[in-house]
Amino acid sequence: MNRGPAKRPPRMTEAAQSYSFTRRAVTLGAAQGLVGVALIGRMGWLSIAENERYSTLSESNRVNMTLIPPRRGWIVDRNGHAIANNRTDFRVDIIPDRLSKEDQPRVLALLAQILKLPPEEIERIRTDIGHAAGFQPVQVAENLDWDRFAAVSVRLPELPGVQPTRGFSRNYPAGAAVAHLTGYVGAATAEQFKETRDQLLVTPGFKLGKDGLEKSLEQRLRGRPGAKRVEVTARGKLVAELATRPDVPGHTTRLTIDAGLQEYAARRLGTNSGSAVVIDTATGDILAMVSMPAYDPNSFSDGISHLEWKMLSDDDHVPLMNKVLQGLYPPGSTVKPMNGLALMAGGVDPHARVNCSGALRVGTGVFHCHKRGGHGPLDLKNAIMQSCDIYFYEMVRRLGYDHVAPVARMLGLGQKFDLPFSSQRYGTVPDSAWKQRKYHHDWTVADSLNASIGQGYVLANPLQLAVMAARIASGRELQPRIVVDGPAPQAAALPVSDEHFAIVRNAMFGVVNQGGTGGAARLTIPGVAIAAKTGTAQVRRITMAERRAGVLKNGQLPFKLRDHALLVAFAPAENPRYAMAVVLEHNGHTVRNLDSPLIGRDIMTYLLDRERAMKALAEIEGSWGGDIRTRMAAQENAYRQAAGAPAPAAAVATERSPAVPSDAPAVEAATDAQNVTAEVQARETAAGGGVATTGSPEPQP
Amino acid sequence: MSSLAFVPAPLARLPWRMLLLVVAIGSFGLVVLYSAAGGSLRPWALNQGIRFFVFLAGALVLSRVRVSFWARMALPTYGVLVVLLVAVELLGAVRGGSQRWLDLGFGFRLQPSELMKVAVILATAKFYDMLPPSDTRRFGAIWPAALLIGVPAALVMKQPDLGTALMICFGGATVMFLAGVPLRLFIGGALAAAAAIPLAVNFLLHGYQRNRVLIFLDPESDPLGTGYHISQSKIAIGSGGVLGKGFLNGTQSHLDYLPEGHTDFVFATMSEEWGLLGGIFLIVAFLLVINWGIRVSLAAQSRFARLTAAGLATTIFIYVSINLAMVMGMAPVVGIPLPLVSYGGSAQMTVLICLGILMAIDRENRQTARP
Repeated sequence: MNRGPAKRPPRMTEAAQSYSFTRRAVTLGAAQGLVGVALIGRMGWLSIAENERYSTLSESNRVNMTLIPPRRGWIVDRNGHAIANNRTDFRVDIIPDRLSKEDQPRVLALLAQILKLPPEEIERIRTDIGHAAGFQPVQVAENLDWDRFAAVSVRLPELPGVQPTRGFSRNYPAGAAVAHLTGYVGAATAEQFKETRDQLLVTPGFKLGKDGLEKSLEQRLRGRPGAKRVEVTARGKLVAELATRPDVPGHTTRLTIDAGLQEYAARRLGTNSGSAVVIDTATGDILAMVSMPAYDPNSFSDGISHLEWKMLSDDDHVPLMNKVLQGLYPPGSTVKPMNGLALMAGGVDPHARVNCSGALRVGTGVFHCHKRGGHGPLDLKNAIMQSCDIYFYEMVRRLGYDHVAPVARMLGLGQKFDLPFSSQRYGTVPDSAWKQRKYHHDWTVADSLNASIGQGYVLANPLQLAVMAARIASGRELQPRIVVDGPAPQAAALPVSDEHFAIVRNAMFGVVNQGGTGGAARLTIPGVAIAAKTGTAQVRRITMAERRAGVLKNGQLPFKLRDHALLVAFAPAENPRYAMAVVLEHNGHTVRNLDSPLIGRDIMTYLLDRERAMKALAEIEGSWGGDIRTRMAAQENAYRQAAGAPAPAAAVATERSPAVPSDAPAVEAATDAQNVTAEVQARETAAGGGVATTGSPEPQP
Repeated sequence: MSSLAFVPAPLARLPWRMLLLVVAIGSFGLVVLYSAAGGSLRPWALNQGIRFFVFLAGALVLSRVRVSFWARMALPTYGVLVVLLVAVELLGAVRGGSQRWLDLGFGFRLQPSELMKVAVILATAKFYDMLPPSDTRRFGAIWPAALLIGVPAALVMKQPDLGTALMICFGGATVMFLAGVPLRLFIGGALAAAAAIPLAVNFLLHGYQRNRVLIFLDPESDPLGTGYHISQSKIAIGSGGVLGKGFLNGTQSHLDYLPEGHTDFVFATMSEEWGLLGGIFLIVAFLLVINWGIRVSLAAQSRFARLTAAGLATTIFIYVSINLAMVMGMAPVVGIPLPLVSYGGSAQMTVLICLGILMAIDRENRQTARP
């Protein structure tokens, strides 16, 4: 550091140093003061400007909410009778936080003993406790009977952390009779929870709609959960219970259904795999919508066993399918009144006659009437009454089916109705444009003839058939309605002359009351008449060879090959108030009491004279094994025995199976398969031309 | 000054206003610790209270020690502490894992890095005291001081204790600044530090320390991990509002949402219950104590006393300001407690030693002022 004096930094003297120190120390002190002010400023910002935000955060830290599942809204019938309500459910939960690690094995062992829980359940509870936030209850068992619930309640001092609760669970008083109407409820799936992150979905005891109205009316029925607010520490330890907010029950939803009629129709269908729909012809209100056999929505809502599920999905009567909306059937002769309207609209004189000789040759094929010897000469009314196939073959051949299809659609076939059911199938009303679009083939005369007797490409669901009957009966464009939300909308008159309607209604009156094919459906109530049209839908081709050898009787065929039996009807004939459709899968007209005319008659009787109908049912129900519950229990026992499974132990209350699909995709699959079969058969009979077709073998009174 | 003639002179000469402030801060701290323990003297308030008054008595004893003694002891003490720091380091290496203290038996643990905060100031002040004033602006005035600061800072950093290392650096640098080292050195140094921080963050800091810095820059990025401390602390302070939730009513602290609510984050515990008013009281009280220290330094006669007094006052300031900046989310979480309030003896002891020496200087100031 040997620089020139000029370049040296100025030498510090002691005085200068002292001065510099003072200056710098004061500066330092001032800077410290400034930092202090800045810190106060920052704190003021946090505690004044952002106070609200941080208070909220602090509060949400401190308070944790345990949701109380809302009571589900009732589903009631048109008169206010419960179709789905809530019953008190005794359940037992564990609050993990109040159960110490040391106590846990002892408590679980004691619970297993008192509640008779299987080891898998204990394992499940142990896992749940491990995963749960400390204050969040873990379900031990639900749907307990009073004895076991009470047994837990009295031993509570030995059971720290155990919480017996009275909750609510869904109850369907009519059981299987309403299964396909209401659907059922169940716990939310993991996917549903992931979608919404709604804590309610994972609250023990909460169930949501899985099918039917329960599913589509979920938002109305759910209600708002209550909340038990608790103060918890950062580690989830419960400190104190704060105020509890009660739940807001879901809205009661009124249906157009008549609960009594619904249950009666379900019972009256007996052992059939069938469906029945009744519509109020003044409003379009659906009074009954039954698909049988069905599952018990009560046990479905509790979670059913694997065996139970397997039994239901194996059953060839497809109890898991809502046949009213998902089943598609060739409507058979039930379309003949509709044909009549179309023919008259097309200019056919209703008094013009066609001579039925029992068969009609068209091109290379021969089309047969159900009556082998033929009906002789017939006009429209008689053709409907006798359900003559030849008359409709001939007339529709002349007019062309493209003139019939619009009338079919006008009366509801192939139409979509705005109903709160997630899964509906609408069938087909074929015409030449449709065939070109779907199969790229021209429409043939044979197609017209098959369609004219409700076979071939024509497919409809039972609701559509009931709507057709209701529209013919009322002459108005009724829309089916199932939820009462205001007065029924006024339906417009159909563009059909009263005269034509009168002819067709008169013919349907004749079907039952003037020696037609539906004489069995005649009401036993004096002074009231029913008007109807029967139908038989063939589900297999009858080859020429078989026809020569003698067509097999339905009773000789396996179930799946028997004919469907159908009926559309309205009553009273002169002044219609109710219309209905009954469709019995593979019924084959084998047992008179279980065939469509008598079932239709009795359901109609219920509406007009309840006591008479109940008496009639009581007399015959025993012949097919008793009421629904009795038969279902018997069936289950038989199935269990066949499967080598023990009788259901009453103890196993919480038996659940992960194999049971929550939204029943298996049902969808089965339904699809069923309908594909129906379509294939439709195509085959259509393609078979005249060779395969029989008419409709009508049961004679 | 003393109009109370019947009070013995040595007592009358004590800086009573400052002492009252310190006792007020310490007592308020005990109240907060009482609440932090859920309304109980145990496990913290009682211990802390006994220690506080023992250390306070110790500080009064220190105030009787002559400044010249401190000047003589400055460098030897510094030397012993450096040796102890090395010993701690070696011991840690032998035992495996890092260590910050030496067990002296009788349950007394000596943390050399804590005492080093004071020693580095005494040593640096002593160095500039020995340096002829004319040499202040030479390079020779800088590197020995830098070494005096750098060696212990590096050793402490290795422990690893970022907070203490920072405090040693800040304290030493303050003395250098006051000693008259050219300003451009500090400006240049500040710029160099600004440039070095990213490098240091990447290469020098331990993983968890690096995380703390990154999360300080964006606390919401990790609300449940390391950012949790800052977030919960801000929630505690912010939710306290102006008047606080009331004594024993803090939920963040009582329900364990606030981590370290009785040690590093005790200010948040306090703010939640006493609000902005409590915060202003503490900050103003500390500023007054620090200001007293600066005034003591301005009144001091010897160069050593001046530099020491200002340096010690600044040490207290650094403690307080870094801790508060940290709990309010303005600085990374570096683990510096709030002296006299946070539970724990080390910071308490260091600050009371600082005050003891400051009182000693103050005593001599008065003696010379009134011969």
